[in-house]
Amino acid sequence: MSSKKDPDVSKKPRSAFSRRGFLGGVGVGGGVLGSGLLSPVAEAAPASGPAAVPITLKINGKTQNLTLEPRVTLLDALRNHLDLTGAKRVCDRGTCGACTVILNGRVVYSCTVLAIDAQGKEIQTIEGIAPAGKLHPVSAAFVQHDAQQCGYCTPGFVMAAKGYLDRHAPKSIEDVEKGLGGNLCRCGTYVGVRQAVLEASREMKGGRNA
Amino acid sequence: MKWFDYAVPETVDEAAGMLAAHPRALLLAGGTDLLVQLRAGRKETDWVIDIKRVGELNELRYDAARGLTLGAAVPCYRIYQDRAVSQAYPALAEVASLIGGTQIQGRASIGGNLCNAAPSADAVPLLIAMRAQCRIAGPAGARQIAVEDFCTGPGRTVLGPGELLVSLHLPPPAPGSGARYLRFIPRNEMDIAVAGAGVEVVVENGTFRSARIALAAVAPTPLFVREAGDSLAGRPVNPESLAAAAGIARAAARPITDMRGTAEYRRHLCAVLTRRALEAAIQRARETR
Ligand SMILES: Cc1cc2nc3c(=O)[nH]c(=O)nc-3n(C[C@H](O)[C@H](O)[C@H](O)COP(=O)(O)OP(=O)(O)OC[C@H]3O[C@@H](n4cnc5c(N)ncnc54)[C@H](O)[C@@H]3O)c2cc1C
Ligand code: FES
Ligand code: FES
Repeated sequence: MSSKKDPDVSKKPRSAFSRRGFLGGVGVGGGVLGSGLLSPVAEAAPASGPAAVPITLKINGKTQNLTLEPRVTLLDALRNHLDLTGAKRVCDRGTCGACTVILNGRVVYSCTVLAIDAQGKEIQTIEGIAPAGKLHPVSAAFVQHDAQQCGYCTPGFVMAAKGYLDRHAPKSIEDVEKGLGGNLCRCGTYVGVRQAVLEASREMKGGRNA
Repeated sequence: MKWFDYAVPETVDEAAGMLAAHPRALLLAGGTDLLVQLRAGRKETDWVIDIKRVGELNELRYDAARGLTLGAAVPCYRIYQDRAVSQAYPALAEVASLIGGTQIQGRASIGGNLCNAAPSADAVPLLIAMRAQCRIAGPAGARQIAVEDFCTGPGRTVLGPGELLVSLHLPPPAPGSGARYLRFIPRNEMDIAVAGAGVEVVVENGTFRSARIALAAVAPTPLFVREAGDSLAGRPVNPESLAAAAGIARAAARPITDMRGTAEYRRHLCAVLTRRALEAAIQRARETR
């Protein structure tokens, strides 16, 4: 497994846009080009990397222009390049859920999505779910039910719960467990989490806020 | 993760051309296997080809006459969210909602599950039981093979240099047919099956017309046990027939002992899971007739 150290600080590889003659006509992501999100430099580049390339991400409704190597994950882009440290890096291998964000309305592990692959999609992070400074119903229910201890897993749980409640109206603890099965809590706060999500579901009138 | 070039082809030909030009390139679908393996150093490459923008790999189309076309990169959630597909192939929708948790299902594809060639891949025994065919494209053109012939060893497949899986094809569900995949797993969302069994039966007037049975995690590849299914053809639907088929499945398993279970335990599971999957598939066949 990888170390927990920042992977971006390793040696800078070679130039970004060489040796691609044969790929002449291949664009970087047609769908993205169409939406005009990519910079002209990226448009000219048929394949990107291994050195840093311009990458445009739409995070919490705001367009962010970055220069990243293709190997950088969405999680590392958020945490190390955008100071959005709500999504946590725990296992870094798609098993714990601490890095959960919402991508085009679907919950995903941001540690297992490349930033370059998240271009052209709506990315929502924990920082973006309470824009007016008022707690999101899920977060409020977590506070109410003491659904965290150390809190490290909490942003991931909140995002997973929000993503789930945006689409479903859980009727039972079992339903909640199905929606949150992709998240782990080392402190074992599951009892509070389940209660919080059930309550938030009532608040959000489950499934109708998508 | 080591550095790599990243390319996003938009057609099958472009993807195959890139693969041919970069023999060490790896294809990226949902990345739920690939990115984890790259980071752990279990795989290495200096070229990653993201195939998610290739139209044919994103196709999900059901037609009562022609069956299902499932593009290799279609993520699991699209399968179980598609009403027509879930109705025609409930067992496939179930397996799509069984792989990982919701975060995995938002990305992971059935094509990636197959191409990763893990003996424990949950979708593969079911695909075998349901007679799925793989459409493969490559420098020498397209070819089609049965899913049971796709995996050749742990992490190894029949794909040659420059070849990629384009799509999977399922025949329309036959009248009186039912399918089911069952696995034994200590923890539902984040674990690897100790053993699994995928079956499809076609039942008519209390008699099996045909059956197909395949197993997960008990051999170097997902294991098609043709003789177990064949033993049911023409036999009455009763506990004795099921027990006999389950016994054949058990005998065909070649499991190893590891931290998830001993070989003997896995053999036992093969018999139990096969019988239960058959019972569930028969029930389903009755309901949908
Ligand atoms: C937390 C977690 C839980 C999981 N749970 C399960 C589970 O319950 N059951 C299960 O079976 N699996 C499980 N997996 C494994 C994984 O999610 C599945 O195997 C998934 O279906 C892989 O699909 P993908 O699209 O992410 O593939 P990728 O990771 O993109 O690709 C997998 C492999 O196939 C190759 N490949 C992909 N597409 C093609 C193609 N079209 N042609 C040729 N080669 C190709 C890639 O190069 C790579 O080697 C889990 C993984 C994680 C991280
Ligand atoms: S850090 Fe992404 S799932 Fe654990
Ligand atoms: S509160 Fe500590 S890991 Fe969940």
